[in-house]
Amino acid sequence: MRLPRVDYFMLDLTPQEWTAVFLTLRIAVVATAVSLPFGIAVATLLARRSFWGKSLVEAVIYLPLVLPPVATGYLLLITLGRRAPVGAFLDQHFGIVFSFRWTGAVISCGVMAFPLMVRAIRLSIEAIDRKLEDAASTLGADQLWRFATITLPLALPGIIAGAMLAFARALGEFGATITFVSNIPGETQTISAAIYTLTQVPGGDTAALHLVLVSILISLGALIASEWLARRATARLHGV
Amino acid sequence: MVCEMLTVDVEKSFGEFSLAARFAAEGGATALIGPSGAGKTSIIAMIAGLTRPDRGRIVLDGEALFDSAAHINVPAWRRRISTIFQEGRLFPHMSVKHNLDYGRWMNGHAADRKIFEHVVALLDIGRLLERRPGKLSGGERQRVAIGRALLAKPRLLLLDEPLASLDAARKAEILPYLERLRDEARVPMIYVSHDAAEVKRIARRIVLLEAGRVVAITTPHGHCRA
Repeated sequence: MRLPRVDYFMLDLTPQEWTAVFLTLRIAVVATAVSLPFGIAVATLLARRSFWGKSLVEAVIYLPLVLPPVATGYLLLITLGRRAPVGAFLDQHFGIVFSFRWTGAVISCGVMAFPLMVRAIRLSIEAIDRKLEDAASTLGADQLWRFATITLPLALPGIIAGAMLAFARALGEFGATITFVSNIPGETQTISAAIYTLTQVPGGDTAALHLVLVSILISLGALIASEWLARRATARLHGV
Repeated sequence: MVCEMLTVDVEKSFGEFSLAARFAAEGGATALIGPSGAGKTSIIAMIAGLTRPDRGRIVLDGEALFDSAAHINVPAWRRRISTIFQEGRLFPHMSVKHNLDYGRWMNGHAADRKIFEHVVALLDIGRLLERRPGKLSGGERQRVAIGRALLAKPRLLLLDEPLASLDAARKAEILPYLERLRDEARVPMIYVSHDAAEVKRIARRIVLLEAGRVVAITTPHGHCRA
């Protein structure tokens, strides 16, 4: 996206910096949106089912939370990279390439944000009174309808919180992304990577500070929006 | 000759406690009474399909809902048996009207204004329709729960201590509605309670349960020790 050098919100950013801002937003939004259905499915599975190897599944899902992000990025590189087994397969059969593309950044941000999302949604599902679902089944609702009409709406505040946490995590993701898809302006250079790059060049401090300001604005906006959404969802649930 | 609408013959062990109950119910209201811990609620959950017995048979109108020998276990949502729970269990995120319509939606019935208005009038809940369950009193909540169960057009209505969570005044408020329900709705009922006076007003056939066993069945025609 090319933008003239003008003051947006009185911020003096170069087109390249604006590109980083919009790219970051795009990556965070897409990563959150794409991982949300999986997050809800996995959270439901963990909250409601017991199965063989559940602890292992949990450990794998929560791993990015404790692993150094660079390690996660490297794992992505050696599985989804163009010459890596899965990456090569996707490239040859479907023409899907993640390495050094913004879509790869979506993957790394999604993976890093996933545990936070799953945790928030899982807690809200576990808090639901299952007797309400029993009541729904005596009224003729099969499992799918019970999930759609009872579980999902009652878990909505948690789903919003989970999406928000994931979005915030994706906004700030640095280590895994830069390791997996590098730091290419216009393709994979997010705000974090741009700030890092600016601090490495002489005279980049002012520009870095501007980007920091932009990220503060985005984060505040996201926080306020999620608070408002969560309040509205909770109010809707309880009919206030 | 009594035509048996429901026959229950179930066994289940819950750790220390074991339940082995056998009784039959005809049309109208049958009460299931006994001290708390006698297994009344467990039996209701088995008839509703929410708890699976270890062994036995549950037959409603000639259809086996559960038969361990024949490996039959019809899921709760296909049994068309509505339950009115002690705590109401209204859906907090839906208006009273949507709560009432829930069973109809799930069973794919077309809207029937006449039946809806009849039930609403029977239970006197017309002015509550737009409210959320959180804004209802205990008595109102139970009336809505009764309406929701009825509007699912069940073959059988299970009432699991529907008045137990209410104080005496609220009980007196709901009891007449339950009597009207029995006389007007023409749906057979199984009524669980540990309050003998309450039961006498509602049911003619009384099944007495103690420590997981049926110890007596009282019918209008007489009393027999099981």
